[in-house]
Amino acid sequence: MNQVNATKMEKRMNARIRKNNLLKGVFLLATLFGLAVLAILLVRVVTQGAAWLDWDFITGRLSTSADRAGIMGAILGTMWLMVVVIPVTLIIGVGSAIYLELYAKKGKLQSFIQTNISNLAGVPSIVYGLLGLTIFSRAMGLGNAALAGGLTLSLLVLPILIVSSQEAIRAVPKYLAEASFGMGATKWQTIKNVILPASIPSILTGAILSLSRAIGETAPLTVLGIPALLIPFPEGLFDTFTALPMQIYYWTLDSSLVKEYAYLAAATIIVLLVLLFLLNSVAIFIRNKFQQRY
Amino acid sequence: MPTNSGKPKQNAVNVREMIEEKRSSRNISNITEKLIPTILFIIASISVLTTIGIIYTLLSEAIEFFKIVPIWEFFTGTVLKPLSQNPEFGVLPLINGTIISSLIAMLVAGPIGIMSAVYLSEYASERVRRVLKPLLEVLAGIPTIVYGFFAFTFVTPVIRSIFPAVDATNILSPGIVMGVMIIPMIASLSEDAMTSVPNAMREGSLAMGATKLETTFKVVIPAAFSGIIASFVLGISRAVGETMIVTIASGSSKNFTFDITQSMQTMTAYIVEVSGGEAAAGTTIYYSLYAVALTLFVFTLIMNLLARYVSRKFREEY
Repeated sequence: MNQVNATKMEKRMNARIRKNNLLKGVFLLATLFGLAVLAILLVRVVTQGAAWLDWDFITGRLSTSADRAGIMGAILGTMWLMVVVIPVTLIIGVGSAIYLELYAKKGKLQSFIQTNISNLAGVPSIVYGLLGLTIFSRAMGLGNAALAGGLTLSLLVLPILIVSSQEAIRAVPKYLAEASFGMGATKWQTIKNVILPASIPSILTGAILSLSRAIGETAPLTVLGIPALLIPFPEGLFDTFTALPMQIYYWTLDSSLVKEYAYLAAATIIVLLVLLFLLNSVAIFIRNKFQQRY
Repeated sequence: MPTNSGKPKQNAVNVREMIEEKRSSRNISNITEKLIPTILFIIASISVLTTIGIIYTLLSEAIEFFKIVPIWEFFTGTVLKPLSQNPEFGVLPLINGTIISSLIAMLVAGPIGIMSAVYLSEYASERVRRVLKPLLEVLAGIPTIVYGFFAFTFVTPVIRSIFPAVDATNILSPGIVMGVMIIPMIASLSEDAMTSVPNAMREGSLAMGATKLETTFKVVIPAAFSGIIASFVLGISRAVGETMIVTIASGSSKNFTFDITQSMQTMTAYIVEVSGGEAAAGTTIYYSLYAVALTLFVFTLIMNLLARYVSRKFREEY
């Protein structure tokens, strides 16, 4: 007795398998779509910008004439931003993480701060710009100095660094701390001599990633009114400055007026991307080289 | 033996001194032990202060704005003419622009993101996965200003060469590029949700004769649904808050329209335009910044809370 029609069954089975294979291809294509766009983007930027990227461009001053324009001012501005962002985020970020992981009692206060941090991570960067404009630029009178921009960007990336430092601290095994306590060390001695040294590679990795987020950020700086005029090179934290993303922004906007500005923007993008690439490579290097698995 | 009798005396003094020394140094370390938690608490509260600062500045300046422009007029007005002789402040054109650009972005990022997630978590071999995933993450690390440049100088011209009716600044092109930017976020969050579905469930389905595709759609995706929805909500929130791409590629026309070939302004782009311009402190247009920013802040806050709620409430525990 043949209850199952074998040929019909086989046909249906084959159709199902074919559908599976077909969609597997579609899913692969979807994954490759994002990568294809990435490739187009990079190729476009390099083909447009590479010809304009030379030593004079990197070391030159800003100019309205495209042939003579350089981005040294923007590079210096970005460096001054980093000078502010690195210490501020490291101190506040790691300090908060130590408090939340090792000192705070599990309870309402701790979970309130924790929820607060994850909400801050979702606040649009432009809102941080308004905060910086109101508090650092206007109330504290910093105007559009590098310090105002740096503090604004620090607040923006702080949640990222706090969360990654917390993870780094949590990954240090309990027995290391217990051994230290067992030797009579106090809590702070244990943190300073055992927990922090063990977690520093991961913390640094997180710090570099949040730094690279900060130097690629444009929106908060536009709100602070960072100019792209012909200003002197910034020589300190209180000088008016411009930064690489701001330079890209203005040149892109003006590229509908002067065509060459698009190439200058592309060349500046190459510089910015190379900088980000270097930072990320350092982060990966630190992670692979120093991270210990317990 | 004078030296012998002298020595113990000296030693005794030394021990007493040492005890004193030890006690005082312990005092210092006691003080550090007590001070450190306080210092760290103050540092940790900076994040809370940031939130308070954001809410306070937005609220206090927005209240000034609503004293001049009634709140009802602001939220129902379809005309936004901040710079005209008789300025009108209706936020609807901006909300409209924000929703439309986010919708376009999600139409790109939603399907592609979830298909990438399915491929990476269900189909790809470990080796392929280890190559593709970091590459996708590079996409997330590119600064938004670079995407803005790409939208303005490449995507818009391409669209216009196919559909000449499209304006030089339009909402379509930044919407699409924003979608590309969000793909890695949706892909990696959804993939996390799918990989955390236990293998036993997959094996059960496969053992019953289901194909991989059927297993994915009838077992894995339903089980990971809360995580996938949360990734979508976070993606929308990201699109709503995105600034530079729309500022550069969508222009500053405050059209209240549903025609995606036209220029529209989002809430974020309005903030850039007005604050980068000549809005002096104390003018209505300056206060309008904060009212728009407050609207934007509430929008994204609700989205983020919703995402967390969805992923907690509807998580299937195995």
